[in-house]
Amino acid sequence: MVKVYVPIDSTALSLGAERTAKKIMQEAQARGVEITLVRNGSRGLFWLEPLVEVETAQGRVAFGPVQPSDVAGLFDAGFTQAQADKAKAHPLYLGLTDELAWLKKQQRLTFARVGITDPLSLEDYLAHDGYQGLKNALAMSGADIVKAVTDSGLRGRGGAAFPTGIKWNTVLNAPAEQKYVVCNADEGDSGTYSDRMIMEDDPFVLIEGMTIAGIAVGATQGYIYLRSEYPHALKTLNEAIRKANLAGYLGENIQGSGHTFHLEVRRAAGAYVCGEETSLLESLEGKRGLVRFKPPLPAIEGLFGKPTIVNNVISLATVPIILDKGAQYYADYGMGRSRGTLPIQLAGNLKQTGLVELAFGATLRELLYDYGGGAASGRPIRAVQVGGPLGAYLPESQFDTPLDYEAFTKIWAVLGHGGIVAFDDTVDMAKMARYAFEFCAVESCGKCTPCRIGSTRGVEVMDKIVLGKNHPQNVQLLRDLSDTMLNGSLCALGGMTPYPVLSALNHFPEDFGLSNKEAAA
Amino acid sequence: MDNTLSHEQHVQIQAHIQAHQHVPGGLMPLLHAIQDDIGYVPESVYPEIAKALALSVAEVHGVVSFYHHFRSHPIGKHVLQVCRAESCQSMGSAKLEAELKAKLGVDYHQTTADGNLTLLPVYCLGNCGCSPAVMLDDEVYGRMSADKVTALISEVCHG
Repeated sequence: MVKVYVPIDSTALSLGAERTAKKIMQEAQARGVEITLVRNGSRGLFWLEPLVEVETAQGRVAFGPVQPSDVAGLFDAGFTQAQADKAKAHPLYLGLTDELAWLKKQQRLTFARVGITDPLSLEDYLAHDGYQGLKNALAMSGADIVKAVTDSGLRGRGGAAFPTGIKWNTVLNAPAEQKYVVCNADEGDSGTYSDRMIMEDDPFVLIEGMTIAGIAVGATQGYIYLRSEYPHALKTLNEAIRKANLAGYLGENIQGSGHTFHLEVRRAAGAYVCGEETSLLESLEGKRGLVRFKPPLPAIEGLFGKPTIVNNVISLATVPIILDKGAQYYADYGMGRSRGTLPIQLAGNLKQTGLVELAFGATLRELLYDYGGGAASGRPIRAVQVGGPLGAYLPESQFDTPLDYEAFTKIWAVLGHGGIVAFDDTVDMAKMARYAFEFCAVESCGKCTPCRIGSTRGVEVMDKIVLGKNHPQNVQLLRDLSDTMLNGSLCALGGMTPYPVLSALNHFPEDFGLSNKEAAA
Repeated sequence: MDNTLSHEQHVQIQAHIQAHQHVPGGLMPLLHAIQDDIGYVPESVYPEIAKALALSVAEVHGVVSFYHHFRSHPIGKHVLQVCRAESCQSMGSAKLEAELKAKLGVDYHQTTADGNLTLLPVYCLGNCGCSPAVMLDDEVYGRMSADKVTALISEVCHG
């Protein structure tokens, strides 16, 4: 029976994949065509979603974007025999999925299975190298597992880029009866969705990564702190955890090894600041998400005061392939001190948006034009924001910057979680700067003054600048305020809000009613 | 006893409190469970929650009011969240929100006169590849326009 794939990823669903799937089943039944419908994850080519694939002897063949109204025509063209000439002549025929330019040049390590497998099929996961990392880890000492993660060069993919192995080592060496592994799945940055895709499209890889982390440092309890805006990820994770427990991959005596690791999903409640690790821990403890002073580090006194690994989804989901293929295999990708690959998320005003996993080192220009195809509006791309709402805005003159943590630091920007949001030339950068303050005011936890008060004062100063009131003084005030927030805030929310604000001011002074010369002064 | 709550709702809340009483960090999951069933977390039950979890009423109030997701008062039958974040702005969400507010006759955090729909802002739905995005109840929709959202509302909320 021929297999037909229709994605169940949120983005595909947001474009009507559920209806397309239903229509395909109805049409197949009505025509007496026998098919097996598989609900896979998304391949990450969002402009072609819902992307329907058909299994053939040569590989999977793609059609897209397929709306319910296209389905009858596809059956008329005999698309279930996808390599037949009649199917190839169909306007939605795209050819072999693996040969699509978007996918062919990618280096998918963390996303190796995403879009290919049925997310909730453990058999499928195992058949595609799943749980190979855990198998190796179970034969290693905790210290050796931590060493492999350190040697791979993996750095926190949530944004801070702190070496994952060093964090793990601190937890490993912290003596305690109870330790925890916490997955930060509070993916609140605009322009990012790679965490969501992993959780919806390959949940077992996250479960495996967390299990390895637990075994490595001696933690028996894990929590996934999941943002409440992701109801599909919640359902998928809970079902995957249930299946992993049943199959002996979670719980007591994992695969007969004597190791224990319990895993539970906890729902966040719409506070952006809870993506900050100490605020997240407060929230997990059932409190207001107020940021904690550091030290003590969470690795020493974290959840309920115990040593705790707090890692982003992508960091943890990358651990299995490192343990499977070896630290060196992973470290061989990348540039400088940015080792391995980064799942890049193209978003905003681009013709082609979606997930691109590449070794560090590709330039923004390649991503915006070769992958993104330029602005969706057909106008020139004027600015891009990289790394979420606390990331800098970059002008065209910086598009040749390679995606590398240090290269971005050098131009006073951040790579963050790898989200790239493009804006065309209709964007008003003064408005974007005002919005950055407004967002900070809405989301501030209120614990420190620079963030709590500074964000609101920032909105007011921006309003005056836009109206042209006492212009030079207010621009100076904006810089002073940004300096206070940058140096005086307790966490990145207040401390990095000046990134979008000042980068907008410095690179696009004309939007603030300034000449380049005035801006430089 | 809160007279606005039915007997059945009281029973549900009691069951949730009992189930979460001894869960480490159980307040957040408890509030979610109550809001999932009742639609909000009634202030009248704060004392019971506080007592069961060995907290003060102020602490319960503090948590409910800190998080955007939780609410202490009932809202419309359906919830429409419109994304205000940067990616959606780059694809015209400011126009979309203005048009939706005008069409629905409500501002953010308000409910339509028929009690059917509450409009809320949201900062990222993780659908940034298909901006602008909205979420109607538990489903996300991408590449939206005011007309498309209005059609969705008729289908989901009046269908």
